[in-house]
Amino acid sequence: MSERIIDCGDGVIKCRTCAWSPPGDHPVGCGMYLTVKDGKVVDVEGDPDHPITKGRLCVRCLTLPEYMYNEKRVLTPLKRAKEDRGKDKWVAITWDEALDIIEEKVNWIKENWGAESIVAFQGTGREATLYKTPLAYAALGTPNSCFPMSGDSCYGPRCSVADFILGAGYPELDYAAYFPDRYDDPRYEVPKYIVLWGKDPLFSNPDGFFGHALIDLMKLGSKFIVIDPRVTWCAAHAEYHLQLRPGTDAALGLGMINYIIENDLYDHDFVENWCYGFDELKERAAQYPLDKVEEITWVPADTIAAASRAVAENHPSSFMWGLAIDTNANGVQAGHTVLILAAILGDLDVPGGVTLAVPASFMGKWRYECAQQLPPGMMEKQITDLEHYRGFQAAHVIAHPDCILNTLETDEPYPLKMAWFYATNGVANTTNAQGKRWFKALEKMEFNVCQDVFLTPTAMGLCDLFLPVTTFAEHDGMVLPHFGRNTHMVMAMNKVCEVGDCKSDLEIDFLVGKRLNPSAWPWDNVADFFTEQLHNGGVDMTFEDLQDDGWLQMPFEYKKYEKGLLRPDGEPGFNTPTGLVELCSSLYADWGEDPLPYFEENKLTPYTPGREDLARDYPLVLTTGGRETTSFHSEHRQVPSLRAIMPDPLVQINPETAAKYGIKDGDWVCIENPLGKAIEKAQITPTVDPRVIHAQHGWWYPEQDPEAPNLNGVWKSNINSLIPHQAIGRIGFGAPFKNVACRIYKVDGLDALGTLDPDSPEGAIGTDPASYVATKEA
Amino acid sequence: MSDFALLIDYKYCTGCHVCEVSCRKEHDIPLEEWGIKLTELGPVKMQDKWLWDYLPVPSDLCDLCEARVAEGKKPACVHHCLASCMELVPVEDLGRVMAEHGPKVTAFMPR
Repeated sequence: MSERIIDCGDGVIKCRTCAWSPPGDHPVGCGMYLTVKDGKVVDVEGDPDHPITKGRLCVRCLTLPEYMYNEKRVLTPLKRAKEDRGKDKWVAITWDEALDIIEEKVNWIKENWGAESIVAFQGTGREATLYKTPLAYAALGTPNSCFPMSGDSCYGPRCSVADFILGAGYPELDYAAYFPDRYDDPRYEVPKYIVLWGKDPLFSNPDGFFGHALIDLMKLGSKFIVIDPRVTWCAAHAEYHLQLRPGTDAALGLGMINYIIENDLYDHDFVENWCYGFDELKERAAQYPLDKVEEITWVPADTIAAASRAVAENHPSSFMWGLAIDTNANGVQAGHTVLILAAILGDLDVPGGVTLAVPASFMGKWRYECAQQLPPGMMEKQITDLEHYRGFQAAHVIAHPDCILNTLETDEPYPLKMAWFYATNGVANTTNAQGKRWFKALEKMEFNVCQDVFLTPTAMGLCDLFLPVTTFAEHDGMVLPHFGRNTHMVMAMNKVCEVGDCKSDLEIDFLVGKRLNPSAWPWDNVADFFTEQLHNGGVDMTFEDLQDDGWLQMPFEYKKYEKGLLRPDGEPGFNTPTGLVELCSSLYADWGEDPLPYFEENKLTPYTPGREDLARDYPLVLTTGGRETTSFHSEHRQVPSLRAIMPDPLVQINPETAAKYGIKDGDWVCIENPLGKAIEKAQITPTVDPRVIHAQHGWWYPEQDPEAPNLNGVWKSNINSLIPHQAIGRIGFGAPFKNVACRIYKVDGLDALGTLDPDSPEGAIGTDPASYVATKEA
Repeated sequence: MSDFALLIDYKYCTGCHVCEVSCRKEHDIPLEEWGIKLTELGPVKMQDKWLWDYLPVPSDLCDLCEARVAEGKKPACVHHCLASCMELVPVEDLGRVMAEHGPKVTAFMPR
């Protein structure tokens, strides 16, 4: 194993670390050495001994010094008068002064409106995912911890569906990640087929999965079946590409299930011994013959049949489900069909199939205990519509995002007065649907705090206090792939230097916690905290040991359901109410949901029943969210080497469609629907269907005027301005970020319609029956 | 002439730009210049099959990372390539190694 620190002489050292964030990423824990000279990181080099990444690094880690030492980075806490929001009138202060302000404001808010009037928001993927909710519960004392993405449409729905249907953590492709010898481990088998369902892992590196492990497996013989509205690189290299209409995944899944059952291609032994509700499923799936499914999904029936047969007749095979399952009001059903396919084909928890896991106690126990810090009765004030969203609440301890916006807009059931933006640039079109509505509602807050690395449009437009956050090179931390929900390794992030006067997310939790609720924050330093977490996870080592070793691969057993390793009672089976994989859910009916999967159109598409107006005026389907290697959502726009590769936001348009609308490659294009407009640059490409366009998300322009109303141009390419509010699934999951109606037309440039801010005529917030507007009760 | 060639197994190249950026960092090459540059074939459907290949091509600035190789390390692009589809191969072994990699393989001798 590699050494933690290598002394190169002349005051130069190389320090080993595993990356999480910031800069933003998922907890993959890519291994590297950072070369430090005169207290500065001067070079980044992949660590060839890391069992997963083996020396490989993507462009975002390679350009880390450009991010760390960027001229726009904030290096000290900042304050600003409330009346100066939107103006660059920040004043540098000390951490003590910042904590004094927080203590005074939080106490004032609590005395006047109660702690529940504070809401803490987080972004996606970063370490903040672990540390924001504890700040809300155990420091600020509010039950309103919120991930503001409509329908919780990132990871949460898939984790919830896996919990409901399998009673397990996140089901992941088996890429031998648990084994030190990886693919050479004698227990391992290479998957014959890997189904990539609404997922482009090469560039999303989702939730702890190293995307290019797919190329490792391709070299070992795995073939791809790609289910995606776009021709991705993997789709172009796949054995089968099912290029479906966005949002029709559940229909496709039901069609595949029906074909597999009708042709007797399923694993009878697994179905008989480990599944519940097969007969009901069979009857439901029979309603989806392939000719009907072709009509709904646009995928030729013979392609669906051939792909279904390929995956059913070749074992082991594996399934990866992506964000497209979450960003869909019909996504709970789509996800259910993917799990059903993996189950009835006998590919769950077998070598080369789909690994299952029991969520680990690392951090989990602590996060649970933080929730116990809320005073009696406080959790009951959490803003979630329990008449409709008990399914959401069953899987989550956080407030429902759409309900929070309704509360912000109506002050019902009580007014919110303070927001804490915890590593989230929420208005910059990654998480928040109709971000302008959020922005206008959040302008009313009495006091807003942001903790981040850069002064984002969210901070500039809305906040009164800014807390600067360290990059992963500047703090000690622990990387947990899948946030503990299927964790093949725990890895150490090692602090190698300091830049300015910044703190890590966890250090900020400690500082604020010790001020506001010291008994919940007993640790003297983060090392003691992480040692305790390791012990909670059953690992007999200190954080210092982990730092020295670099990483620890966890033990793994296949077929845990046979060995009593999935259930707390130690009995064989799955940790569901029936003890079986629930092909038909025993939980959903209680929450007002159909226990079996079904297909239903999303609400704002040209194909929505009863919306002939949309089909006429907004005939194209807009899909969003495809990843580029050069950014993590709205991050990295200020890094010169990355911006040189991807200088402008791109909207992908089929040549036939472009010709129809008189658009040429490189033209600026306005994308419009009843809710709003966004401007992006045309990329004419055959990789999208003529009836579909794909627009990039997360764009803002650090080089532009940061002050309001421009706010670094955050409204100009704000694709989420076109995504409806609360057009979500029955139990509270899934918003159509990848499936709304639009039209396109050429404009003169990015600035053709001005700033597009919500108070300008061109940027005004639009309305549509599909986008819910709450009204205040009389 | 160098004793080595840069072999690229381009059936696996995903166009991640790591070779370009790692090279630029290693050799301190400014943004408007390249030590190695990705080229792209497609995406296009030909005879009902998708073609979408990337191929990085070394420029005159490429010295096959002589200094790194002298230290026993791989060239920066080879070391970091996400698809692990690049390799430094002795010129005399080139034919054999290329054949072992199968189709869609090429090699460059930039100097």
